[in-house]
Amino acid sequence: MVYLTRKIEFSASHLYHNPAFSAEENRRVFGKCNNPHGHGHNYVLEVTVAGEPDPATGMVLDLKELKEILQREITDRMDHRFLNYEVPELAGQIPTCENIAAVIWQLLEPKITRGHLNRVRLYETPDLFVDCYGDGNGARAPAGGGR
Amino acid sequence: MKLHLSRRYRFSASHRLHSAQLGEEENRRVYGKCNNPYGHGHNYVVEVAVSGPVDQETGMIANLGDLDAFVESEVIEPFDHKYLNEEINEFRENVPTTENICIEIFNRLSRFPRARLERVRVEETGLNSFEYAGEPAGATHE
Repeated sequence: MVYLTRKIEFSASHLYHNPAFSAEENRRVFGKCNNPHGHGHNYVLEVTVAGEPDPATGMVLDLKELKEILQREITDRMDHRFLNYEVPELAGQIPTCENIAAVIWQLLEPKITRGHLNRVRLYETPDLFVDCYGDGNGARAPAGGGR
Repeated sequence: MKLHLSRRYRFSASHRLHSAQLGEEENRRVYGKCNNPYGHGHNYVVEVAVSGPVDQETGMIANLGDLDAFVESEVIEPFDHKYLNEEINEFRENVPTTENICIEIFNRLSRFPRARLERVRVEETGLNSFEYAGEPAGATHE
């Protein structure tokens, strides 16, 4: 098994606010992240695909293809967006690093055509990141070339 | 969804690698420069990974304010700007290698009440780091 990782960056704004909480509770729970005008981050996303290299090409998954998937599914959707209002997949969710990473997993997992998605690591800052392993069944055998 | 939340913290401390079980010459041979009797220091980075269900109300595994306060009181405040060999009880007998520092920090943080501790990674310098994820269930340490 070989693990291939590609990194991208996107910049986006968000705010944390639960309409079920009072204004005071929102401020207490979410602190600065509750600023109603929002705030932004330079997110760094590392996507790891696991699989056996194709004997003919020596590749787990063509990096060009992975790059295009990341551009289409993540950058086009999230870069320079206000995550609360402009990303439908996050509607009704608080766009914490945990929830964004889970959405990214759900967007990418069905698009990986060779090997399988092993891990999504999303950095909100260099000192804060979330790893998502999907359903946690990361040890499943690669499908020998495609799923 | 299986999710791990990781956060990085920093402290600076001094230590000396010297084992009471080894002779003077053996200590010098094993630990080299790190055996300098006056000690020396590092800027340590501690990466803490926790897991647990994402709270539907907050979207969080753990509130970072709670995690930060716990790491501060259990690790940063006691370790920062200290001489580990003398000022941390666990290192009076135990050599404060980064392996042992990593295990000690894991043991302290495993008491975090609001999420499950998955892993502690300690960088002694930008060029070396150590990870500890506890002992597998059923195994005994030491």
